Amino acid sequence: MSNVLTWVFSGLLVQNVILARFLGICPFLGVSKKRESAAGMGLAVTFVITLASVVSWLLYTYILVPFEMAYMRTIVFILVIASLVQIIEMFIKKVSPGLYRSLGIYLPLITTNCAILGMATIVTSEQFTFLQTLIFSFASGLGFLLVIYIFSTFRERLDRAPIPKAFKGVPIALIVAGLMALIFSRFAGVA
Amino acid sequence: MKDNLLKGIFKENPILVSMLGFCPTLAITTKLENAIGMGIAVLFVLVLSNFMVSLIRNIVPDEIRIPIYIVIIAAFVTIIEMLMAAFLPGLHESLGIFIPLIVVNCIILGRAEAFASENKPLASIVDGVGMAIGFTLVLSLISIVREVLGFGTITIWKDLVININNLFGDDKLVIFTDFFVSPAGAFIVIGFLFAIVAAIRNKRTGEVK
Repeated sequence: MSNVLTWVFSGLLVQNVILARFLGICPFLGVSKKRESAAGMGLAVTFVITLASVVSWLLYTYILVPFEMAYMRTIVFILVIASLVQIIEMFIKKVSPGLYRSLGIYLPLITTNCAILGMATIVTSEQFTFLQTLIFSFASGLGFLLVIYIFSTFRERLDRAPIPKAFKGVPIALIVAGLMALIFSRFAGVA
Repeated sequence: MKDNLLKGIFKENPILVSMLGFCPTLAITTKLENAIGMGIAVLFVLVLSNFMVSLIRNIVPDEIRIPIYIVIIAAFVTIIEMLMAAFLPGLHESLGIFIPLIVVNCIILGRAEAFASENKPLASIVDGVGMAIGFTLVLSLISIVREVLGFGTITIWKDLVININNLFGDDKLVIFTDFFVSPAGAFIVIGFLFAIVAAIRNKRTGEVK
């Protein structure tokens, strides 16, 4: 049980995908101008990162390794992610048009989100167990959601703040992200 | 031809202007050596994928072009990863997960889609070289700032290290703090770099008016 808590805590905060591992920076900066879009992107990433990590882990452990094709990892994972995203998109479109309208536009962008391929690579190269993969990748997805949502609330306020012209937009956003990373780095001592 | 090469370095610099490829920019710029290694890997993948995409640009069906590009890129990334693991194991270790992640580096797919799919092979190679050099120069600049402020050294390649600390005697100067090589330092250094670029651009456009 304590193991599970450690995995959740490290995925969510200590080894946060964005602030500690620098994965998924493009959507972090690109889709964080409004709270609704940040939440939508965060939820879509949480869903896809968990599913993609689990499927990649299964393929790697039960097909690539036994057949000595581990070097094909990157190609296989990117194909898995691209097709998973496509299937999820079609599935949501069919089952819940409402959800599709709010999440749909973020799904194609997720294929090239390096947090997804990064997590699939991490869980296989660090030899996680199945349960660990499931819990850690889900917690990491939630960590992405948490950070992008908090960041978007800052950015909404930054839009109205009196900032020097040169710092407007991305520069000040990066500095705010730096301060967030500073706060998150303190979680390392807690775990 | 010359414009095609130079546009990647200044006018359409992938990091500073197009704002692509942020993840490696933030993650691996703790040592100049890492930036150079990453630059070489990106040069290899970008030039070959641009060339390949350009060669097959007239036979690829439009609907499935993106998956095809991604598989081409992934194949070249796998090749460079295996080469680096064999010949530069130290660098392979320190770049770690960011070598396979070149696959999803938006610069590569972005150039395939925006340039190579519409231009001749030779022009696409030149475009790839220019973009990779522009990428490497910015990475190197950030690395130098972070490494000097963080460790007081500049690691050019393996044992070729310029030690700035030594210029000031034996004591480590207080200005060198590992804050700058921590994740928080990465965001803040790059934030200031972008502010400087924006200030220069504002001044230029002001003059044009």
